Amino acid sequence: MVVAALAVTALTACGGGQQEAPAKNADGSTTLDMWTFADVHATYYEEMAERWNEANPDNEIKLEVTVYPYDDMHNKLQLAVNSGEGLPDVVDIEVNKFANFVKGEHPPLVDLTEAAAPYKDDIVQARLDLYSKDGKVYGFPTHVGAFTTFYNTEALEGAGIDYTTIKTWDDFKEAGVRYNEETGKAFGVASTSVMFLEPLITAQLGGQFFDADGNVQVNSPEVVETLAMMKDMQDAGAISTIPGGSPDSEEAYGAINDGDYAAIVYPAWYTSRFVDYMPDLAGKVAIAPAPVTDDAVVQTIGGGGTGASVPAVSPNKDLAAEWLAFAKLSPEANVAVWQVLGFDPVNMAVWEDEDVTKDPENKFNEYFQTNLFDVLGEVKDGIGHFESFSDPNWPTVDDTFRTVTLNEIYENGTSAQEALDQTQADLQNQLGQ
Amino acid sequence: MKQLLYSKRLAPYLFILPFLVTLAVFWIVPLGRSFVMSTQEVLYGQATFIGLDNYERLWRDRIFWQALYNSLRYTVLTLVLLIPIPLALAALINSNIGSARIKAFFKASMFVPALTSVVVAGIVFRLIFAESDVAIMNQVADFLGFGPVRWLRGDATGLVALLAIALWRWTGVNTMYFLAGMQAIPTEYYEAASIDGASKVRQFIHITIPNIRPTIVYVVTISVYGGLSMFLESFMLYAGNNSPNNQGLTVVGYLYRKGIEENDLGFASAVGVVLLAVIMAINISYLVASGTFKKEAA
Repeated sequence: MVVAALAVTALTACGGGQQEAPAKNADGSTTLDMWTFADVHATYYEEMAERWNEANPDNEIKLEVTVYPYDDMHNKLQLAVNSGEGLPDVVDIEVNKFANFVKGEHPPLVDLTEAAAPYKDDIVQARLDLYSKDGKVYGFPTHVGAFTTFYNTEALEGAGIDYTTIKTWDDFKEAGVRYNEETGKAFGVASTSVMFLEPLITAQLGGQFFDADGNVQVNSPEVVETLAMMKDMQDAGAISTIPGGSPDSEEAYGAINDGDYAAIVYPAWYTSRFVDYMPDLAGKVAIAPAPVTDDAVVQTIGGGGTGASVPAVSPNKDLAAEWLAFAKLSPEANVAVWQVLGFDPVNMAVWEDEDVTKDPENKFNEYFQTNLFDVLGEVKDGIGHFESFSDPNWPTVDDTFRTVTLNEIYENGTSAQEALDQTQADLQNQLGQ
Repeated sequence: MKQLLYSKRLAPYLFILPFLVTLAVFWIVPLGRSFVMSTQEVLYGQATFIGLDNYERLWRDRIFWQALYNSLRYTVLTLVLLIPIPLALAALINSNIGSARIKAFFKASMFVPALTSVVVAGIVFRLIFAESDVAIMNQVADFLGFGPVRWLRGDATGLVALLAIALWRWTGVNTMYFLAGMQAIPTEYYEAASIDGASKVRQFIHITIPNIRPTIVYVVTISVYGGLSMFLESFMLYAGNNSPNNQGLTVVGYLYRKGIEENDLGFASAVGVVLLAVIMAINISYLVASGTFKKEAA
């Protein structure tokens, strides 16, 4: 008897997986489950769910957001999409992981092209391209992530440095060396666990991490020049490694807050980290454009990002897609992206709306000496799309750089050429190219 | 039904059936699937047969060999630490030294780490070995006159942290195994030996060790398996699977990275199959060398 029961349980456990029909709650609303990996995103989505409900009283949603740590959420999602079980209705996927979820001919995500159609014309196309494959949009972007530099002006004044004169990487290096000699403290950051500056400089030099046929090419002249430039800045004392491996980690927030690092070159969304985690620097930080190389091909690119997607097996996928387009692409959503998150929104019309951007009550405007949108206005026409970010093999490349290559160069002192040749060989083998 | 339960021929099979069913459903079938998947390229809803390509890539993969080296190194060092130390502690507990109450407390407290979650322990150890100069290990280092050390950045120091977790966690368990073995040895042996004038050390070498041999064989076998399949400790210590220069990457960590983090399940299955082969090769040759199979046959 026991055996029979056991066998039956085992069989049912294997045979599940039918799709449920859309189910409404007793009050007529629909529950949407959502996963994300950032607390601030959860706050934002809850706000957008409320606004949706105000505008659509006959089609209310009940949003239930779960926040998981970054790695855990993506790993859990990877397992869930492979088994087709236990998926949420909406999920945030970080850009460096996105390519994993659109592999093959049957991506497990809903094609959102139609839901995006009403808003498409106002959105920075490069950011939609990041989450598209074969002409289909699978995720909605949150921000542009244009690179900016955050200067601790109080620290710089002490060393007699005027940040407004820093335009190129040579200026940046010179200022860094002087600052370092005057104060003995670090100026810029050489991150080992996050790769942002390297794609930026490579893009400015006109390079990519892959060749035209999509084969990995991380020892191309531009990438080698990029890493050699970074290494040179590190050797000169202009940039240093940071506790935690990148400015976006808890150990680093403490160090930056204490004034141990004076210049952080990071995507614009880093504003939120200052406001949330570095209260001591309020009023002391100025935002300026990121440095450029001489004869830069593009001035800046979008760095980082999160694509919000709808898993294909969701019983509520139509409603989820409609709400998601409202929550991420509509003009009011883009205003909220700035007001709640402090990010540079993908709807460029918002950048020009001074009522929004110059609002003196805004916590980000209160915190920084300069206005983010003035800085963005300067680079607006020079934002390039870095194609390597949307290559299906980008996750593996990014992963290898963050674990091995950047450590070899910035921590172990291996030369850029040598480290990149080794990485190229490793990646070619791993990717079967 | 009654007839079946009392049947001498059929009842034994009926009784072991639940075990066989679980073994088949949760072990044999997944294992077979892994073999099949290791010869495929697996994508969402599509699997293509690609022969031994995954194994070929694996053979040429520097990171895989590094992971295997890391796992083997960890296994050997845990064996070096986790056999002699628990053996000595067990002998101490089994001796006449100290009161029974203190020994009971000692045994209980040694065993507690095995009951705590590796996840919690890993996080605590990460903080203990943090880079900051106020972290516990750096204060110890400072007291001893060196440091601060960037523990989890260096290969050797990172290994020290991993071994510290292993030592903290498994010393108690191994001590219990050895103690159980020692308590099964008849006291007459020791009496006879002491009448013949054998010292405590000689008694330990010539009576205790040979008598708990089966226990030692068992502990070594599960330690080899445990060491080679270690993953969670490293995953928690480095707050993820990406340690600097892959210094904390184990074979299972690499399997996890390839299969779960990079969605290359075919390749990950090949890693799993190779790991199984390595563990079986080591353990079976050890069991043959230690005469375990022979004894059963005799």
